[in-house]
Amino acid sequence: MIRNDVAITPELVKEHGLKPDEYERFVKLIGREPTITELGIVSAMWNEHCSYKSSRIHLRGLPTKAPWVIQGPGENAGVIDIGDGLACIFKMESHNHPSFIEPYQGAATGVGGILRDVFTMGARPIAALNFLRFGEPDHPKTPHLVSGVVAGIGGYGNSFGVPTVGGSVGFDKRYNGNILVNAMAVGLARTDEIWYAKATGVGNPIVYLGSKTGRDGIHGATMASAEFDDASEEKRPTVQVGDPFAEKLLLEACLELMKSGAVIAIQDMGAAGLTSSAVEMGAKGNLGVELDLDKVPCREEGMTAYEMMLSESQERMLMVLKPGMEKEAEAIFHKWGLDFAVIGKTTDTLRFVIKHEGEVKADLPIKELGDEAPLYDRPWVESPKRPVITPESVKAPMSEAEALLKLVGSPDQCSKRWVWEQYDHLILGNTVQTPGGDAAIVRVEDGPKGLALTTDVTPRYCEADPFEGGKQAVAEAWRNITAVGGLPLAITDNLNFASPERPESMGQFVGCLKGIGEACKVLDFPVVSGNVSLYNETNGQGILPTPAIGGVGVLDDVTVNASVAFKAEGQAIILIGATAGWLGQSIYLRDVCGREEGAPPPVDLVTEKRNGDFIRQLIRSGQVKTVHDCSDGGIALSLAEMAMAGGIGAEITAVPENMPLHAFLFGEDQARYVIAADEDAAADILYAAGAQGIPAVTLGVTGGDSLILPGKQAISVKQLKSAHEAWLPEYMTGKS
Amino acid sequence: MKSAVIVFPGSNREGDMVRALKLAGSDAQKVWHAETELPKGTDLVVLPGGFSYGDYLRCGAIAGRATVMDAVRAHAARGGLVLGVCNGFQILCEAGLLPGILMRNANLKFICHRQFLKVERNDTAFTKNYAKGQAIDVCVAHGEGNYTADAETLKRLEGDGLVAFRYSDAHGNVTADANRNGSMNSIAGIYSDKLNVLGMMPHPENLIEDLVGGTDGRGLFESLVSSFGKAA
Repeated sequence: MIRNDVAITPELVKEHGLKPDEYERFVKLIGREPTITELGIVSAMWNEHCSYKSSRIHLRGLPTKAPWVIQGPGENAGVIDIGDGLACIFKMESHNHPSFIEPYQGAATGVGGILRDVFTMGARPIAALNFLRFGEPDHPKTPHLVSGVVAGIGGYGNSFGVPTVGGSVGFDKRYNGNILVNAMAVGLARTDEIWYAKATGVGNPIVYLGSKTGRDGIHGATMASAEFDDASEEKRPTVQVGDPFAEKLLLEACLELMKSGAVIAIQDMGAAGLTSSAVEMGAKGNLGVELDLDKVPCREEGMTAYEMMLSESQERMLMVLKPGMEKEAEAIFHKWGLDFAVIGKTTDTLRFVIKHEGEVKADLPIKELGDEAPLYDRPWVESPKRPVITPESVKAPMSEAEALLKLVGSPDQCSKRWVWEQYDHLILGNTVQTPGGDAAIVRVEDGPKGLALTTDVTPRYCEADPFEGGKQAVAEAWRNITAVGGLPLAITDNLNFASPERPESMGQFVGCLKGIGEACKVLDFPVVSGNVSLYNETNGQGILPTPAIGGVGVLDDVTVNASVAFKAEGQAIILIGATAGWLGQSIYLRDVCGREEGAPPPVDLVTEKRNGDFIRQLIRSGQVKTVHDCSDGGIALSLAEMAMAGGIGAEITAVPENMPLHAFLFGEDQARYVIAADEDAAADILYAAGAQGIPAVTLGVTGGDSLILPGKQAISVKQLKSAHEAWLPEYMTGKS
Repeated sequence: MKSAVIVFPGSNREGDMVRALKLAGSDAQKVWHAETELPKGTDLVVLPGGFSYGDYLRCGAIAGRATVMDAVRAHAARGGLVLGVCNGFQILCEAGLLPGILMRNANLKFICHRQFLKVERNDTAFTKNYAKGQAIDVCVAHGEGNYTADAETLKRLEGDGLVAFRYSDAHGNVTADANRNGSMNSIAGIYSDKLNVLGMMPHPENLIEDLVGGTDGRGLFESLVSSFGKAA
């Protein structure tokens, strides 16, 4: 019988984030009152972050399979086959709450955690991306959070040695009390050298690797599953501290160990540390696990079993080794100066047994800790439909040129150079397209293949219509990859939502997920990994529903690609895709007219696929080198970005017949691309589009040093650039 | 030519360096920091970029005292060539092979961007394939690249022509705007007295292919290889 030295009171249960009925369920499961260590373990396993208790039943509906998918959701990261015996392993994960409390370390360990997820599976990380949302610029905390998060992402990735090649940064008052920091890592492995968490064999040694265990991060996953209030900053001690140097050593040591053939199974210690990694390895392999905590390398003295099981100290791994290979494995880890300790073994009892100082501190059924976690079908209500706003009903408060100049220098649309210049985006020498375009491109080893990578979602669309917004998020990621010449293969999703216990926000979650699923199915773009982050709200104010999508595509020949920059004067500019002048939920309506209204643009996925496939064919056949998709700010913003990137102007002569000019220029109709091509090629493209029934219209011609909008409204490229580049650096130095 | 690229715990551009050396026709071998000798016949020693020992102490301070550095110092004393890039430059300063120190960037932030450098002289083993005064387009990626030295050292470096590269604009004009990390005299790289040791903050090894930004960095590696001949 286990000795119970701490009385389990209802207050203690509550502090562990367990609801009374959840606690009852646990007591019934084990048939007695738990020890404090056991209470800690179950609170770690059954919180929202680890158990997906509110989201599981909805996640089941997502398409996760395709012939190129090697591993879908459920492992450390998703794995896809990219040909030539190579696999791309990738995932995106949130570190929202820690980053709000301690921005540098929160963001840094977010990057560290996701890199570890990828190299745990045997992949060498080749690229990192991120998706960031901050509160409104005027909020007093915002500059401090931007500064800390960006420095933290850079601080970790730069030292680790992975290029941070892409991302998204935006501001909205709805993130004032709850910012979003989502980090994505992309790695490369051989298809026959991928490692999983599933333990095999009874009596095999369980080995602890990496940094020592300290008291940092205890209950991190529980914090991540709670709402915030004004006292949240008191939670600073639960934020972990990152050590990218240790992680780099861990990477090299793990990859070397995997090559030695000593590894049976491997799992990184992420959220809920030793608890979650050990349970996962045992449960997946239908085995019990016995750990002797006296063997765990500790950084601090007098750590209890409870603390060791819940510590979220970083840069740690758990492995099951082939028996007899311990010495060889230890030598590799000592060469890299890392801790190595045999701390337990696999058993045939299906129990999770924790021993410390000669006593059994926990003895739990291992499978049930995962399988019997509560599962909720939370009540939800559908978001009310918003009215469709007709183009004619939106009056232009200023000229199109003035509106464009305002938008290119606005917080959301301005250049994010200040951010990505703090990230080493050139290391490894394979960055073919740097941040600032539609998607980043990294070459795979020495070529010829390349990967196209992007992160995207439009939260205001998701709030106005979760289903269409969910579709749009996937469609835009797909479009970004297509626009550089990539074939979109799979996504990772980072589902950031408010409290699932409010039917309105649960309804947003359900709606977005349906939209994501629908788009993945039609676009053949399955979900292979992801993360759910709920309870993103402070004092009852929820964030905008923000299902960030990380997309991966492949270029068979990385030298054949397209970018947004105008490359020559005198080229025809062509718009592919139909324009209805959709201003509902547009950036123009919000930032120029001051109205956050209406239904978002609908996404016709069949059209999306048809238009995108057409664009990709144009790039791959070498007819087109200049492509930009249309998203926030419509045609006008696309044109401005193309002119700024290339340092070449354009004259736009196309005038709409059936809608106001500002709706034509700034409408955010979907499935559209702006391309530029030589006159001869342009004629062929228009003909080919016509033959396939794809709307294509000539907008104008490149050249000169100004972007000239219809009605002879000229803005010099220099003026555009200076507005575009000015806002963020001035804001961060307190000048704007 | 035979090159030895030293790997410290936390080095992270050793692979980029090996690729650039090989592309230029050098043999390039990675050498672990705990070694006491360089591989036989080493012509060039390279200290690559990275965050050796996490840069938790002064950048390069621990690596500058690593076991292998005695062999590197001996190689340099014999007149052998040594190239230190980024963290490698910081290590050379800490190891006493080059004067001065690299301080935090003027804006106190890590910066990664494309950067033009003015080639100050083209009569060294490192730069003979460039023209004197040429502006080359490479990149920087560092948080501590702000070259600082006392007035006497600076005077000597300038007087003896030991400045290798300066931050410049696309036309080779050395301007304040081009000197983003705040280095004294816009110094991006310096030579030792005998011109056989070069330390520089920018990364020529990342600008060696048209597909990935351009080829202006190749000249440095090709200059070196042309002195020794290509590897068999």
